[in-house]
Amino acid sequence: MKNLINITDLTVEEIDELVKVALDIIANPEKYQDACRHKLLATLFFEPSTRTRLSFESAMHRLGGSVVGFSEAGSSSSAKGESLSDTVQTVGCYADIIAMRHPKEGAPIVAERRTDVPIINAGDGSHNHPTQTLTDLLTIWRSKGRFNDLTIGLCGDLKFGRTVHSLVGAMARYTGIKFIFIAPEELRFPHYIIESELESRGIEYREVGTMEEVMPELDVLYMTRVQRERFFNEADYIRLKDTYILTPDKLDPAKKDMIVMHPLPRVNEISVAVDDDPRAMYFTQAKNGMFIRMALILKMLEVTV
Amino acid sequence: MKIGHIENGIVLDHITAGNGMNIYNVLNLGKLDCAVALIKNAESPKMGKKDIIKISTLLDIDLDILGYLDPGITVNVIRDGEVAERRTLALPQRVAGVIKCKNPRCITSVEREIVHEFKLVDPVKKVYRCIYCEQKV
Repeated sequence: MKNLINITDLTVEEIDELVKVALDIIANPEKYQDACRHKLLATLFFEPSTRTRLSFESAMHRLGGSVVGFSEAGSSSSAKGESLSDTVQTVGCYADIIAMRHPKEGAPIVAERRTDVPIINAGDGSHNHPTQTLTDLLTIWRSKGRFNDLTIGLCGDLKFGRTVHSLVGAMARYTGIKFIFIAPEELRFPHYIIESELESRGIEYREVGTMEEVMPELDVLYMTRVQRERFFNEADYIRLKDTYILTPDKLDPAKKDMIVMHPLPRVNEISVAVDDDPRAMYFTQAKNGMFIRMALILKMLEVTV
Repeated sequence: MKIGHIENGIVLDHITAGNGMNIYNVLNLGKLDCAVALIKNAESPKMGKKDIIKISTLLDIDLDILGYLDPGITVNVIRDGEVAERRTLALPQRVAGVIKCKNPRCITSVEREIVHEFKLVDPVKKVYRCIYCEQKV
């Protein structure tokens, strides 16, 4: 694997290996502190981000490497009309590895064609977000100790939510996985992914309208935000944004060892009162994001420790 | 109706009736200097009606584009007045530069001079998806 564009670029074995390295980083951080000395990561963020960009940058710093980049398109030459191809080709002259977020779907495919430097897709529009999925997988592993035999509920904006698309693609490769999609009619999970990832493999799934009706079944509840930036029509956003709000009382019938995940940022789909519940895993998830990105950078730079 | 005999050239046979003009346009045959005949609604024992295009020069035709537009077409290459080669088409695995991705969120909607490219994901239903955003054609 030279580039990571889609989570399915990684085999199940490669994911297992990344999780193993991340767990070792968590246990022995000092072992890795100089692993990427003299290596340079470029973070090209054409769209704002807190967690993804900072976790990439933290990951590289904690590996002893350096970081250059920009955090919005307005502070790059794309504001002057430079094409993505030209920007990537230029940055490829300086950096050893590139992490890129872009609002347009498929942008990392343009990037990988223009440079020999490894490209990590840090999110392309509502399409893919493989490093978030790796983050999610590490969180599931650390909480559950397995990737098999899990019932996973995905709730909220399943149409535009790139994190859920990638997570379903990744988890569908394990055995005993059952998906429950909880979404309003307008934000249902894309049927083409159901066809290609689930129906083709005979994986069980269900589509429902409320989280209450499935709460006792779930091992993982993955909440998502209805994203204002994905709507062309503000009225549609306002109508749908508060469809699902997780509150402590809704968690009452849930399993005691169920985990609540969220890629963050949240707006109001998870009440702050849920944060104190031991099942709330979303801030741990954010921390895991840094560890798994450290493991990924090591792998893509072919650094062994 | 008689169309002149071709000594060296190409005959696109078994075009779905009504699709001939579209293929004529996509292959840019209007720009050729040689004789080109488009026959519409010719009788066909197999198809009932069909279109035929005769081109009186041996030009290089992109069979992938043709296969995408109408996979039932037979391509006959004529040399010295005889059919020297007969090719049937299949749906191509990739189609580049023929159709455009209509997804406004796709990188192809903003990136300059990018070739729109699609891959075949379901040969039975003839489903192609953009290689960038995976949107269906």
